[in-house]
Amino acid sequence: MTATPAAKRESGGIGKDVLVYICLLALAGLQFVIAYQKIDPAQMLTRMLIVACVEAGLAELFFMHLWSEKRAFLCFVVIFTVSVLLGMQYGWTDSFRMLVGAAPYSR
Amino acid sequence: MNQADLTMGAHSTGLTIEPPFSIPTKKLAMWLFIIADTMTFAACLVAYGFLRNGTADWPRPFHSITNVALMTVILLTSSLTMLIGLREARAGDKAKAFRWIMMTAALGILFALLHIREWLGLIGEGMTMFKNPWGTGLFGASFFSITGLHLTHVTCGIIALIAVGLRYRTGRYNADDIEVLGLYWHFVDLVWMFVVPLVYLLNLTH
Repeated sequence: MTATPAAKRESGGIGKDVLVYICLLALAGLQFVIAYQKIDPAQMLTRMLIVACVEAGLAELFFMHLWSEKRAFLCFVVIFTVSVLLGMQYGWTDSFRMLVGAAPYSR
Repeated sequence: MNQADLTMGAHSTGLTIEPPFSIPTKKLAMWLFIIADTMTFAACLVAYGFLRNGTADWPRPFHSITNVALMTVILLTSSLTMLIGLREARAGDKAKAFRWIMMTAALGILFALLHIREWLGLIGEGMTMFKNPWGTGLFGASFFSITGLHLTHVTCGIIALIAVGLRYRTGRYNADDIEVLGLYWHFVDLVWMFVVPLVYLLNLTH
């Protein structure tokens, strides 16, 4: 059986996976707690998205073993994904402007 | 070492190029797919966010979080069972690895069934793709599109888990293939972490 470089570099036993799993469950629970807080919806969205990003980061780094890969690959995934997501926002803001004010069907 | 060996050695040296980022090609392909799929889900969720923000009578039809909480726990647990399956595969224990992979598939099926039950409940209350009793019809279209896209991914994942698991047991696939499949399954879990707050929790009836 061949072992990938990531598999060779991986450290820690099942305990680390269980710990990350418990953290993810706790963070998911935190999102549900935030949902019942009496706060402004925009603030609620921000808090939930921050928690979701932390969850996604944990899942990517430890469940998907990105932490064990070469740093160059980690940087490639993070920089490529974030730059395209940010690039999309450039177009979406204009779509929103069209949706609420400029498009004929919005009136 | 004769001339033929030297020539072959030179050829193999010339052809042995280290893969990009020192990871296997299949794994790199899966990562590129995941990045591309991230864009698909991001586009859907951002479009949903703008629609929700720009629509005055956006409905809040969810009364309880029990079902969605249970679905979240099931999906997260399936990620853990997938990891254990991968560890067993790397350790060379085929029987145990197969059992954990099948358990992951079973949890995926349970998640899909709960999802379908929830859909049927909403349809029973009068919600369709284009109308619902609570507010703008856009809600049904965006809800079914986003959760439907995720459910399609889960269904594909279940089929892949069963197919790869069976082939792994017969020796046609190895631990690397399980790892590549695991990446996809964790990605499906990761997307759910964004779908829950945006589609469910922000639309709770308080």
